Amino acid sequence: MSTTPQSTSTPRKILVLGATSGIAEATCRIWASQGASLFLVARNAEKLAAVAADLKTRGASYVDTAVADLDDTDQHPSLLAHAVNSLTGMDIAYLAHGVLGDQTEAERDFNTAAQILHTNFMAPVSLLTWLANFCVQRHAGTLAVLSSVAGDRGRKSNYVYGSSKAGLSAFLDGLRNRIDREGVTVLTIKPGPTKTAMTAGMPKSEKFADVDSVAESIVSAIDKRRDILYVPFQWQPIMFIIRNIPERIFKKLNL
Amino acid sequence: MPDPTATEEATSQVQSPFESWGRYPTYGAKLLPLHWQSDFPALTANLHNGALPVGMGRSYGDVCLLKDGNLLVTTAMNRLIDFDPETGLLTAEAGVTLAQVLDFAVPRGFFLPVTPGTKYVTLGGAIANDIHGKNHHTAGTFGRHVTRFELVRSDGSHLLCSPTENPEFYAATIGGLGLTGVITWATLRLKPIVSRKIDYEGIQFHGIDEFLDLTNQAKDIEYTVSWVDVTSKGRNFARGVFMQGDHSAKKDDLRPSPKPKLIFPFEAPGFALNALTVSLFNTAFFHKQIHKRAVALQDYEPFFYPLDKVLRWNRMYGKRGLLQFQYVIPWEHAKEGTVAILREVAKSGLASFLAVLKAFGDVPSPGMMSFPKPGITLALDFPIKPDKSFPLFQRLADMTLEFGGRLYPAKDAAMTAHQFQSFYPQWEQFARYRDPMITSSFWERVTQNS
Ligand SMILES: Cc1cc2nc3c(=O)[nH]c(=O)nc-3n(C[C@H](O)[C@H](O)[C@H](O)COP(=O)(O)OP(=O)(O)OC[C@H]3O[C@@H](n4cnc5c(N)ncnc54)[C@H](O)[C@@H]3O)c2cc1C
Repeated sequence: MSTTPQSTSTPRKILVLGATSGIAEATCRIWASQGASLFLVARNAEKLAAVAADLKTRGASYVDTAVADLDDTDQHPSLLAHAVNSLTGMDIAYLAHGVLGDQTEAERDFNTAAQILHTNFMAPVSLLTWLANFCVQRHAGTLAVLSSVAGDRGRKSNYVYGSSKAGLSAFLDGLRNRIDREGVTVLTIKPGPTKTAMTAGMPKSEKFADVDSVAESIVSAIDKRRDILYVPFQWQPIMFIIRNIPERIFKKLNL
Repeated sequence: MPDPTATEEATSQVQSPFESWGRYPTYGAKLLPLHWQSDFPALTANLHNGALPVGMGRSYGDVCLLKDGNLLVTTAMNRLIDFDPETGLLTAEAGVTLAQVLDFAVPRGFFLPVTPGTKYVTLGGAIANDIHGKNHHTAGTFGRHVTRFELVRSDGSHLLCSPTENPEFYAATIGGLGLTGVITWATLRLKPIVSRKIDYEGIQFHGIDEFLDLTNQAKDIEYTVSWVDVTSKGRNFARGVFMQGDHSAKKDDLRPSPKPKLIFPFEAPGFALNALTVSLFNTAFFHKQIHKRAVALQDYEPFFYPLDKVLRWNRMYGKRGLLQFQYVIPWEHAKEGTVAILREVAKSGLASFLAVLKAFGDVPSPGMMSFPKPGITLALDFPIKPDKSFPLFQRLADMTLEFGGRLYPAKDAAMTAHQFQSFYPQWEQFARYRDPMITSSFWERVTQNS
């Protein structure tokens, strides 16, 4: 049993893919306290149930879930149709799934690299194709997607992950260019390193962003229909500089 | 450049000092965050050197430390599970902080049944230390309001604990210093309120007799606590301010007002807090309240958590850290014991910045190892000066023992094995419920043969 103390007019209908990831969970808590309707998708049933119970208790007016491995792109159309059906519509789709992967392993073995690219690039492209067309038909909706500052320039320490996010960011640029005029918003979210609750109170964590403030920025960027969000915002000038270091010098750096 | 792809998963095995609130002692340990209820014991399957669940590290000493071991940090396990507005029963994961509970509950018209002097503690930590608040005389300890919880043991067993299910583990875990297993979730009975405000009254007193009179007169008032000036001597000996309050009964807005946060920005040099500055502070605090009595209608935040406004204020004590010393002495010797200890402290010349005096009531705790019992409790904090602090602590601990009292493990880093075993003679019985994989630096220290 749960309460909704301050539910507003009609609750927003939000589809969340990768709902058990730290940033997604923190974002959903804000939406839940606003009384949103949520459809949550994640791979692990037990974790998904824990997140769903939390959001329901915090005041979400409706929570439904589906356990799915988003790598399985064949399932996407039926999964998304089911979600939209359950929510009776969709105002926001929030794509938050992804893997960091093992860079060293990916340097040795193409299959590992391909797997990272599939999860972080191919799967979102499949989802976004369906979702974009759904939104274009209704001339409404927001597609909010977690990319990464790591996609802004490849670095030796994680270029496989980085290139998957670079591809995703470029795809989102193009998609925005295509469907913005149809009344559909595309938000590219580029978070820097984010600490979760667990590192609170520990001296080392100063340079990590607080997950709750990252979530607040995401919610507000969606409300303001922004295009690209660096979060925390300091990453925008930092990445501007990193993108503009001449390759001649960049290739010698230890990044 | 920090790795921008580092997410919580990537940072999940950090080697870092985990500081307790006193910042003493400091030990290296491996931090293993528990994100999900199922993470324990799977995560610890191949670990050596033992493990210890920890919360926000708001204990002052070493009950939340394990030298060279594995600390299972529970704060990412902070989901709510269920809330029933009819009964006020809130079920939540053990890493949820009391601050998070308040953010959720107060706008809905509910409050914590018992709260310590900081809201940055976890549900699990509050149970494991069986914490007490300003309402001990009316409400008893925190554990009394925990109707049920789950305890997961390193052998993989899941024990549901309540006064009727696994009652022996229920009793051992409340006040069990984290040693019986990992509390994954708990059900807490919240209490209804109609206002965020506290009807507050502050009254000056001179000496323990006046303190006891005020305590007697305030039997029906929910919250009472006193600040006592330990630097004053002679005529002013044991002067202080008695503070009492009730939740306002006048219906009011329950939403929070925005609050700016102050972070204590640097380590104070060691000399910043010395006998002189502390004495100046204490004199100022006493006279801040100009009138013998002062009344106010106050938000609950400054009433319960005056120090939380300055996050990390423990840095004020500099690198060496601080140590608390908290005893309870049963009524039989409460007055003479308190006077004797205050004299000893004044004589030592070691200044205590915050000295908190309170009477514990006779509401029994369900916990086997709980600290509170009826009598007077006094909490003192001292900046650590190795050559001076520890001899003083030893004298104070021995005096506490003589007066039939005991010390609070949550605030301790100094008691000897002999002292602990005399304070808590039930410790051997308790040890039977310990999880074989779990231990703490505190436990190692106080169970050595003395
Ligand atoms: C400013 C201040 C004021 C305070 N005022 C009071 C007061 O008025 N009254 C009072 O009683 N205390 C008070 N304290 C002490 C504080 O309330 C306790 O130390 C509390 O237990 C700290 O909780 P924590 O989450 O930080 O736990 P930690 O300090 O991290 O751990 C405390 C204990 O809980 C165990 N533990 C933590 N999580 C779990 C879990 N999930 N399962 C099993 N065991 C677990 C740990 O092993 C350890 O033994 C105060 C502390 C501060 C800093």
